[in-house]
Amino acid sequence: MSELLQFLFSGLTVGAVYALVALGFTIIYNASDVVNFAQGEFVMLGGMITWFAHAQGLPLPLAALIAIAVTALLGVAMNKLMIEPARGAPVVSLIIITIGASIFIQGGTQLIFGKEIHSFPAFSGDEPLRIGGATILPQSLWVIAGALVVYVALWLFFTRTLLGRAVLATANNRLAAQLVGINTSFVMTLSFALSAAIGALGGMLAAPITLTAYNVGIGFALKGFAGAMLGGMGSPKGALTGGFLIGLIEALTAGYVSSQYKDAAAFVVILLVLFFMPQGLFGRKSTDRV
Amino acid sequence: MQKTLTTTALGLLAVLGLSGAATADIVLGASVSATGPAAFLGDPEAKTLEMMVEALNAKGGINGEQVKLVLYDDGGDPNKARTFATRLVEDDEAVAIIGGSTTGTSMSILDVTEDAEVPFISLAGAIDIIDPVKPYTFKTPHTDRMACQKIFEDMQKRGFTKIGMISGTDGFGASMQAQCKAVAGDHGIEIVADETYDPKDADMTAQLTKIKNAEGVQAVLNPGFGQGPSIVTRNFRQLAIDLPLYQSHGVASDGFIELAGADAAEGVRLPGTALLVADLLPEGDPQKPVVTAYKTEFEAKTGTSVGTFGGYAHDAFLILTDAITRAGSAEPAAIRDAIEQTKGLAGTTGIYTFSPEDHLGLDLSAFRMLEIKGGTWTLVE
Repeated sequence: MSELLQFLFSGLTVGAVYALVALGFTIIYNASDVVNFAQGEFVMLGGMITWFAHAQGLPLPLAALIAIAVTALLGVAMNKLMIEPARGAPVVSLIIITIGASIFIQGGTQLIFGKEIHSFPAFSGDEPLRIGGATILPQSLWVIAGALVVYVALWLFFTRTLLGRAVLATANNRLAAQLVGINTSFVMTLSFALSAAIGALGGMLAAPITLTAYNVGIGFALKGFAGAMLGGMGSPKGALTGGFLIGLIEALTAGYVSSQYKDAAAFVVILLVLFFMPQGLFGRKSTDRV
Repeated sequence: MQKTLTTTALGLLAVLGLSGAATADIVLGASVSATGPAAFLGDPEAKTLEMMVEALNAKGGINGEQVKLVLYDDGGDPNKARTFATRLVEDDEAVAIIGGSTTGTSMSILDVTEDAEVPFISLAGAIDIIDPVKPYTFKTPHTDRMACQKIFEDMQKRGFTKIGMISGTDGFGASMQAQCKAVAGDHGIEIVADETYDPKDADMTAQLTKIKNAEGVQAVLNPGFGQGPSIVTRNFRQLAIDLPLYQSHGVASDGFIELAGADAAEGVRLPGTALLVADLLPEGDPQKPVVTAYKTEFEAKTGTSVGTFGGYAHDAFLILTDAITRAGSAEPAAIRDAIEQTKGLAGTTGIYTFSPEDHLGLDLSAFRMLEIKGGTWTLVE
């Protein structure tokens, strides 16, 4: 029993990290149908900048805020300098641009912060909590809480605010959105800032557990993307569920079958889900009116 | 555009060729993975080589001749390494080549250097590089197999016969996992749990729980490098597993204690080189002067702490300069013969004695069994 509980804790810890990354994908995707492959780099920057600011002697909360703000600004810069000039290009070209941005950010970080692996202290200490014979780190609870808070905030944003609906409208039909008075260029900028900020928040929360280095972004992006696809691209509920599901599948496979197969098991589940439900678990059906 | 590029490239080549011809320096070549996935190996290696060449030239070079280092970054790509090796041999006319941060790049380089009959000192771990012995190929790092043997010797002394292994799935972890499984039997050790993790994984408690519950397990060994072993060590303490934990030489640096946390790393043992415990070596130790000098110099120059990998490059350069000095000539064939006659040369990794049958030159005594106590390294004896 305690064994199962430990596997579940392990899965929840990892799943929460995936979910946070997956949630970051949803906003830009909702605004522009673009899958932003630089999302993992935002996560990496959240961890790296927090580490750097903290190492300079700033208190951790301030360092975290700086990391989120700087990353959000970078998100805006990425939109202004790379995505906006290419407006009108097909979505695939834009996606390729985000891959370029990802490589650029990774290289820049390597030059500025170096290639070493870094970490900073966990927010509530390293003493594991013991529950029913299993253990979980307080930092894991922070990550899980972070994923839930971001999810609720996003859900409120997209369903309860005018701005959130404007984001959805922009994705649906940019021209029509402009015609009803939505400033689509502002919506794009805002969605990049928010996505980057959410990514940075995730990276900052996860870094005491996962450790951080200039090259961790790709791994995050891959697993987060898988989570988002499983849950349904663009749906906050899907991102949250998908992220946690992948984490749990990995941990349970590692625990009960073999750690050699854990990544394979997660991807088999994704393939099966996408085969029977191409939109993912909670994805919106795409209906084109001709 | 294409044309301008070609012209520029030609122009540059001409300039390079001219500057090469104008000086009569000893040209040493190097191709390491200063960037890319193996940058943690190649970066300190490149810095070490640049630092040592500078220091050597400031002291007057070898036999009165200045040394010129031509350093390429192959990014860990064996194809690029082959191209650079060819360029080093044909265009730069290097008399010897250091490099190959990874086994893959080393294998490409040695193809070229064996054909061209230019001595090559590899910085990579695999035993295949020098077994069977190739006339012009040498290497400085100890092999994975030696690390396994050193760890198993220590386990034998402590009376362990059943162990669990948790290995990274990256090249380093997978290779050492295979080597350890191959030699475990020789030391009367049975592997009762064999788990793996992806180097990017954030949590290994599931695998460790499995190992903890394995029947009769007495100790755990974690071959791997990067952040994986730090996370394994933290998770090990999180689960309060009351077994001795062994790490590999892949994480033998101060950074490991820092990342895993001194509390979690307490009692962890690993095979490391003298470089890590420079201060702890007894006064008469032949390696003491060389490791102390390298550590001081490297840390002053780069501001980062020394690691085993930079030490490999240090030793390769030391072996080369020693050989050229003794040979009194910078002809590739003369250098090769002199390297093979190297006897009792103290480097940071160990004491090198090469022979026509042994192009590694190290034995198990090159490894020191270290234990982390109170946030720092101690020698186990």
